[in-house]
Amino acid sequence: MAEGSYRLGSLTLRNPVLLASGIWGESGRSMAEAYRAGAGAVVSKSIGTLPRAGYPNPTVEVLGPWGMLNAMGLPNPGMERYPEEIAEARALGTPIVGSLFGKDADEFASLARSMARTGVVALELNLSCPHAKGYGSELGQDPEAVREVVRAVKGAVSLPVWAKITPNTHDPAGLAEAAESAGADAITAINTVRALAIDPTLARPVLAHGTGGLSGPALKPIGLACVWSIFDRVRIPIVGVGGIATGDDAYEYVLAGARAIEVGTAVSTHGVSVLGSVARGLEEQVRRGGFPDLDHAVGAAHPR
Amino acid sequence: MVVPVSEVVPETPTTVTLTFPYPPAAEPGQFVMVWLPGQDELPMSLSRTDGPVKGVTIKAMGETTRSALSLSPGTRIGIRGPYGRPFDLSPRRVLVVGGGSGTAVLAPAVEAARRRGNAVTVALGATRAEELLFLHRLSSVEGAAVHVATDDGSAGERGFVTVLADRLLEEGSFDALWTCGPERMMEKLRLSARTRAVPFFASVERQMKCSLGLCDACAFGPFHVCTDGPVFSEQQLAEVPDFGRFKRDASGSRVPP
Ligand SMILES: Cc1cc2nc3c(=O)[nH]c(=O)nc-3n(C[C@H](O)[C@H](O)[C@H](O)COP(=O)(O)O)c2cc1C
Ligand code: FES
Repeated sequence: MAEGSYRLGSLTLRNPVLLASGIWGESGRSMAEAYRAGAGAVVSKSIGTLPRAGYPNPTVEVLGPWGMLNAMGLPNPGMERYPEEIAEARALGTPIVGSLFGKDADEFASLARSMARTGVVALELNLSCPHAKGYGSELGQDPEAVREVVRAVKGAVSLPVWAKITPNTHDPAGLAEAAESAGADAITAINTVRALAIDPTLARPVLAHGTGGLSGPALKPIGLACVWSIFDRVRIPIVGVGGIATGDDAYEYVLAGARAIEVGTAVSTHGVSVLGSVARGLEEQVRRGGFPDLDHAVGAAHPR
Repeated sequence: MVVPVSEVVPETPTTVTLTFPYPPAAEPGQFVMVWLPGQDELPMSLSRTDGPVKGVTIKAMGETTRSALSLSPGTRIGIRGPYGRPFDLSPRRVLVVGGGSGTAVLAPAVEAARRRGNAVTVALGATRAEELLFLHRLSSVEGAAVHVATDDGSAGERGFVTVLADRLLEEGSFDALWTCGPERMMEKLRLSARTRAVPFFASVERQMKCSLGLCDACAFGPFHVCTDGPVFSEQQLAEVPDFGRFKRDASGSRVPP
């Protein structure tokens, strides 16, 4: 993989390792720093129509080495103001995938039009936030709603559209199929798994919101299984995410069927340089596996 | 970790210190996340860092901090941390400039620097005499020279602590300036220290949510206050266009500091 030579659908990236949405994505400068640390591209914070403060603290709880819970509640400065952050990141050469959340197809389509004007290289639709009422996975658990949203966005913009799906359903692959049938260009899987932490001394949930989303190492086997089953049912590229912290983790996702991967929680536990080290480690693993390039390794763990 | 509040010590009409048992080691400059169950969780610099009992000093600003003023011993609070980078205690001659409740994080640094035998000069500022934080505590640190300025002249000299600090910088020789207080005050001091080539370190305050370097709520130029700060050097601050100019609210929108 030479610099700038990795192709993901119609996109050309310097490598297939992206920063996941919601991590270092509020400020343009932070996104540029993530790119500088070695990411192939950066997915923005999920942006909605209006500024949103998110839930009160505590918004995170660390679960030892297994991972963490968060219920940020989709804080974001809103679509009117966010373009200045994207402009700052782009001025520093950062390719950005713009992440969006909305309550219905119309809102998604209008956000997509605004986001497309900022110069992002693709859109990722957050159809999967496990803890914001009326948004994300409530809408994203229904294949029909997923189809409608993707179709509306595809009709509104000419950029590649990625549908980020939730694992909080009996059939994540069915959601991926729905997105593909509506014209999605890629599937991102997965968002966090709905989960809870209780403080036993206080006998109450730790997070102010109650439940939250599980991320980090504990998510990896769940994400792998989702990518695995999605690979069997769609033809468009899959972007794997969940618990990736090393080149080996990323390689497992590729073998399960991912064509690119995203890293979130590990930016905190391993430092932002993890983005570059996962990219290098993945390239190394693909070579060691005897594959001429990453494309040949995609889905290679499936029975032939 | 959920712990009972040990003591609630009124410091000024708008400030209290909470102490609580919390054994993890901490250094002056670091902060903890303090959870008042049912209300909010806020970043607080440790005003007491030694030994198994730690302390934070809280100024009533919003709803949650106001309610902290009326907490009683025994109330259970959540603490996580300590987080962030501390003050470097090695400089031999330090000028410490505290504005209002910013003095909370400086007091343990002053005590630790004196314990190492370093020379410490303190400039304390507040709007009026009764809002001077830790005047007594710092005045009783053996060998620390304490100077005071208040906006209304009700204690020490009348005027801004930045003017007092400028004079002290002019008259003395220092190997470092440590400060915490209103951001515009710190920005003025940064320029004064830079002019005189005195290494400058400021403890910066920003919105915090995760405190783990993840959520970006505390984004600060190329840095994150929770992991790269809260103590920043002049060289670092020179790279941060935000400092003294804007901060971010809970939604990530840019607002005045
Ligand atoms: C603090 C935090 C905030 C997140 N915010 C978003 C978000 O705004 N939009 C989104 O699509 N996913 C969001 N996610 C989910 C991540 O993008 C990712 O799907 C998930 O964390 C799993 O990856 P990881 O184990 O590498 O963190 C967030 C995750 C975390 C930990
Ligand atoms: S508070 Fe979340 S990154 Fe600093």
